[in-house]
Amino acid sequence: MTETAALVAERPPRSDEDETFASTASDRFADASRNRANPSRSARGGLRRLRRIATRHPGALLAALWIALILLSAFAPALFSGQDPLDGVPADKMQPPSAAHWFGTDQVGRDLFTRVVHGSALTLQAAVIAVAIGLVVGSLLGLLAGFIGSWVDDVIMRIADVLLAIPSLLLSLALITALGFGTINVAIAVGLSSVAAVARIMRSEVIRVRSGVFVEAAFASGNRWSRVLFRHVLPNSIGPVLVLAALEFGTAILAVSALSFLGYGAQPPAPEWGSLVSTGRDFMATAWWLTALPGAVIALTVLSANRLSRALDNEGRRSR
Amino acid sequence: MTRYIAFRLLQAVGVLWAAYTVSFLVLYALPGDPASLLAGPDATDVSPEQLDAIRAQYGLDRPLIVQYFDQLLHLLRGDLGTSISSGRPVTDIIGEAIGPTAQIAATGLALALVFGAGLAIAATYTRHRALGQFLLALPPLGVAIPAFWFALLLLQWFSFAIPIFPAMGDKGPTSIVLPALTLALPTGATIAQLLSKSLVTTLREPYIDTAWAKGAGRVRIHFAHALRNAALPALTMAGLLIGQLLAGTVVTETVFSRPGIGRVTASAVGAQDIPVVQGVVVFAAVVFVLANLLVDLIYPLLDPRIRVGRSPLTPRGITPKTELTGARP
Repeated sequence: MTETAALVAERPPRSDEDETFASTASDRFADASRNRANPSRSARGGLRRLRRIATRHPGALLAALWIALILLSAFAPALFSGQDPLDGVPADKMQPPSAAHWFGTDQVGRDLFTRVVHGSALTLQAAVIAVAIGLVVGSLLGLLAGFIGSWVDDVIMRIADVLLAIPSLLLSLALITALGFGTINVAIAVGLSSVAAVARIMRSEVIRVRSGVFVEAAFASGNRWSRVLFRHVLPNSIGPVLVLAALEFGTAILAVSALSFLGYGAQPPAPEWGSLVSTGRDFMATAWWLTALPGAVIALTVLSANRLSRALDNEGRRSR
Repeated sequence: MTRYIAFRLLQAVGVLWAAYTVSFLVLYALPGDPASLLAGPDATDVSPEQLDAIRAQYGLDRPLIVQYFDQLLHLLRGDLGTSISSGRPVTDIIGEAIGPTAQIAATGLALALVFGAGLAIAATYTRHRALGQFLLALPPLGVAIPAFWFALLLLQWFSFAIPIFPAMGDKGPTSIVLPALTLALPTGATIAQLLSKSLVTTLREPYIDTAWAKGAGRVRIHFAHALRNAALPALTMAGLLIGQLLAGTVVTETVFSRPGIGRVTASAVGAQDIPVVQGVVVFAAVVFVLANLLVDLIYPLLDPRIRVGRSPLTPRGITPKTELTGARP
């Protein structure tokens, strides 16, 4: 008796920070309820995971920082530049990049850096709307196709196949012809043309998840199909779609800026990345910075979004 | 083999019909009034009577389903309707534009294939780890660069700073170079990504070990054994890639002021010229379908499993049941 007591006493006292593996069912239950009661633990786990991603992929960290800067400039452009994006100082027109004007000035003396900073709001707004439309419509269609199956699946997926056969830029151009010009219409057109790709990925994930035992168990314990769909199938199949969303964000920025470059989006005095490059075209021989620098910002943003998507994809695969 | 081709042809016709239907739905059935679009983008003071006249002229006063089948019948006869802004048949407009676009698209595709495949092969062949990593980091960069920006940079460097190539127009072979490079960048980067990924997986296959064990050299293994199999997934994407190339001409031809399909599309969208836009969408679907048919004909040359009638999707090493039972005495 005393021997056992001594052995038990030797075990280190359990603390809240204890990371040892819960070996019995009751331990696991205790762990789980402690995690529920103390959500900061899982938040710290998330932080640790983020730190691991950051150290393992320094490129992804840089990409995340760049995206954060761009987002910040969209919400609070005044933090980055105190100058006016629409009114210029005519005396300062066509100046090359300098300490006073980081990106130089344009033909009416407006500071290009200020215009790029203020332009990020329009471009990002359009890209976010486009991704949201593509994501919501696409995942709903994919969810239905994968979950219901049979003819619903056939109809939805055949339509998706056809939509994929038409190049997405041409599809958005056709949509813009019907909807009319403007930033919002460009965003809707870009979003709708990405629906098919999202639906396809969502469907394949749903089919993978649906055959899982836990879905069968959820049905067997008397849940309605809508609850099974939204509580069990959706959360388990959304991962790859979110990875795709990061990728689509980059593609949407490319598409939105290309369409406004062509003149279907924001109209000139309003700063928008694509139309900034487009207006710079007229002064290419004399002012290289008017096209080169806004374009470089677009390229860096798309590159960062793609890099983040790849890092998320790697992490997703690891945890699965 | 004949059944395979017949099935593919049928599928192609199906895709064309569906693409036509989608473009009809988008352009005529979306909320929005085709008649006021037809009246012109800046016609704000059109009277209702004038709108009715336009509807009657273009047959827009009929039920949607009647319009659809009427247009489909015209399409079967090779008639895509007439342009609103110029009044010319859409088939003529597109027909004239194919030539100049084909020049830059074909050159661009060739450049994309050479550089994309070359990069993928070099990146997987090299024993120099850092070099391989560097080469593999290039395609994501190529995918992220906006085509219009790249085109403008090319103009800046090779037309203004060092005047080697003309900045605009379609005169002479030198005018093809810069547009073709612009088209080749995203396509080549995609090819490089696809092919390098599939080469890496193929080189880990057991049959590569067998080839090593039989004493095949590195060059032979890479080119004769691995590349042939690795090219299959990349080839499947050919239709999409050529579609991407065609869509790329909209930006490229606008930047370089060249005539062609892209310019036709850009100005048709600008003038909201519905029949021309629809014609371009149908044309893109035709190109997609033709590219896929071509791939379907190349497939059996690369993959003997198709020649004997097996699906290319059957996993390696698994014989379909029908053949097993057929082989039984």
